[in-house]
Amino acid sequence: MDGVHVIERNDFDALLDALTRRGYAIVGPTVRDQAIVYDEIASSADLPAGWTDEQEAGHYRLRRREDEALFGYAVGPHSWKQYQLPAEVKLWRARVDQDGGLSNVTEPPRESPRYAFLGARSCELHAVGILDRVLLGGSHPDPADAGRTKDLFIVAVQCGEAGGTCFCVSMKTGPVAERGFDLALTEVLEEHRHYFVVEVGSERGADVLADVPHGEAVEEDRTAAGAVHARTASQMGRELDVTEIKELLYRNYDHPRWEEVAERCLTCGNCTMVCPTCFCTTVEDVTDLAGEHVERHQRWDSCFTVDYSGIHDGAVRGSAKSRYRQWMTHKLATWHDQFGTSGCVGCGRCITWCPVGIDLTEEAAAIRESEEGPK
Amino acid sequence: MVPEPFEIVVKRRDTTDTWTFELEPRSGEPLQFAAGQFTMLSAGGAGEVPISISGDPDRPERLVHTVRAVGLATRAICDADPGRVLGVRGPFGTAWPVDEVRGMDVVIGAGGIGLAPLRPALMSLLARREGYGRLVLMYGGRSPDQLLYPDELADWADRGFEVLVTVDSAGPEWLGHVGVVTRLVRRAELDWTATAAMLCGPEVMMRFMVAALVDQGAQGENIYASMERNMQCGIGHCGHCQLGPTLVCRDGPVYCWSELAPWLAIREL
Repeated sequence: MDGVHVIERNDFDALLDALTRRGYAIVGPTVRDQAIVYDEIASSADLPAGWTDEQEAGHYRLRRREDEALFGYAVGPHSWKQYQLPAEVKLWRARVDQDGGLSNVTEPPRESPRYAFLGARSCELHAVGILDRVLLGGSHPDPADAGRTKDLFIVAVQCGEAGGTCFCVSMKTGPVAERGFDLALTEVLEEHRHYFVVEVGSERGADVLADVPHGEAVEEDRTAAGAVHARTASQMGRELDVTEIKELLYRNYDHPRWEEVAERCLTCGNCTMVCPTCFCTTVEDVTDLAGEHVERHQRWDSCFTVDYSGIHDGAVRGSAKSRYRQWMTHKLATWHDQFGTSGCVGCGRCITWCPVGIDLTEEAAAIRESEEGPK
Repeated sequence: MVPEPFEIVVKRRDTTDTWTFELEPRSGEPLQFAAGQFTMLSAGGAGEVPISISGDPDRPERLVHTVRAVGLATRAICDADPGRVLGVRGPFGTAWPVDEVRGMDVVIGAGGIGLAPLRPALMSLLARREGYGRLVLMYGGRSPDQLLYPDELADWADRGFEVLVTVDSAGPEWLGHVGVVTRLVRRAELDWTATAAMLCGPEVMMRFMVAALVDQGAQGENIYASMERNMQCGIGHCGHCQLGPTLVCRDGPVYCWSELAPWLAIREL
């Protein structure tokens, strides 16, 4: 499985065919509602060929590229979270007996499709790992969660350009995926040639590659791929100084900046919906009118709602200030103590999709500057 | 994630809005638990709530819960009569340090329904009475008719607990203390540096209780408190019960006060 290989653009569909033949449902990027989202992919015709995304705080636009790159964008509003931890899951369904007990309890089938994730970026692979650690790394892993990613096949794509809100270099989560994939592609576009430099990350990856017309990468191909990686790394739209950031935020729970950001924050929860690691869920019991059947549903929740922290005598976090602070300190600080990693991978989605353009790199920097002076 | 069926075999009314249930597992398999742990309890399709176990850890054959009807789910539970089945998941969370405090004097500080999560610890201490120094219960309620387990309070007193009870307000028939529970601290003359405390009640009551204990000379690392947050899953997956760097369902509900104190100083944490 060593070596670096090359797949020409014209042979790219053979890769999708090889995955399909092995029983994978391929999920990858496609254009819908003027955004690049993840959905099932049948052929390369479904991919966002020739599109890129323009991203800034509170700003996302698709724009035509001058070439036909398949992966010439950064990341969209979707993340792989929706396959690891779907937005709504039926946990079980049962009949409510006369005595109040439950019978005929049925849990939905554990077997989800075997997914192949096509186009996962380095930051996203880190996010998949972080979410796995939360859901499966504790003392009560849910078999339903484990089932969804058990046989995952990952075709990573090394980013060809960074988005305006990207800061994976700061978070040390990219831009180059070094592990956690079966195959990793670097898309190279030259004047008369469009091809992918392919790294193999697993036996399964090698097996799939063997089914796809490919060649060995020559020195020029490797150099071209290396140039793509270096260019992306140099283009980060944002940066975040993470030096002792946990301690920094722990010292500053009463910082006036939280009041200031709360005046802008709408507590809409967009940042938590688009975040690839935000994992909070709530459960809801749904009965029929007669109360004879009950279903328990789990769906995404957000720490920006008042109900989220509700206990019997009211909400713990009633103010917008406390809710924004909870979210940001969780991402960058308390996550380390709770789960042993950062909760942020630097993908920039929370910045792009915030309707008022709140930027956590800016918020963290403001707090740091008040202690250390501007950088 | 599917609750286990437990049948209500005894239902006892404690106060106007609080009932104690004794439950037997339909599976016949007793729910082993440690004093201080909680379960996720549900009735029919009215939702699930975290409720501390209030039974004797040495007698797990019956799962005992004291429940106050305050919301949809707790009301549905409190409406259920013997013969009805409740759903149970758990037990979850950390335990009172009953073994760790052997040899010390122990204060149990309870406010209102906070006595329920402390009852298992109290029973464990009494079952091993010789292993401890003085045992003191300081229990505060709103009024005499709102006190939990009145018969047991007398029994505990007989078996070696110094039982101090106070209420916020009472009529002329009440001959006991009136006032906040923290005022009982000064009455108990203990060797405070060798005294452990286990507290459960409204957060504000616990804060003042700790202040009173520390003022007398108790050490923060010997004080334990059971915290309430919005536990929804019990298994550290849903995020709701975050308390600073911890998850109450996983790292609590029982915490050592010295670890928690800096976090509780932050408003709306």
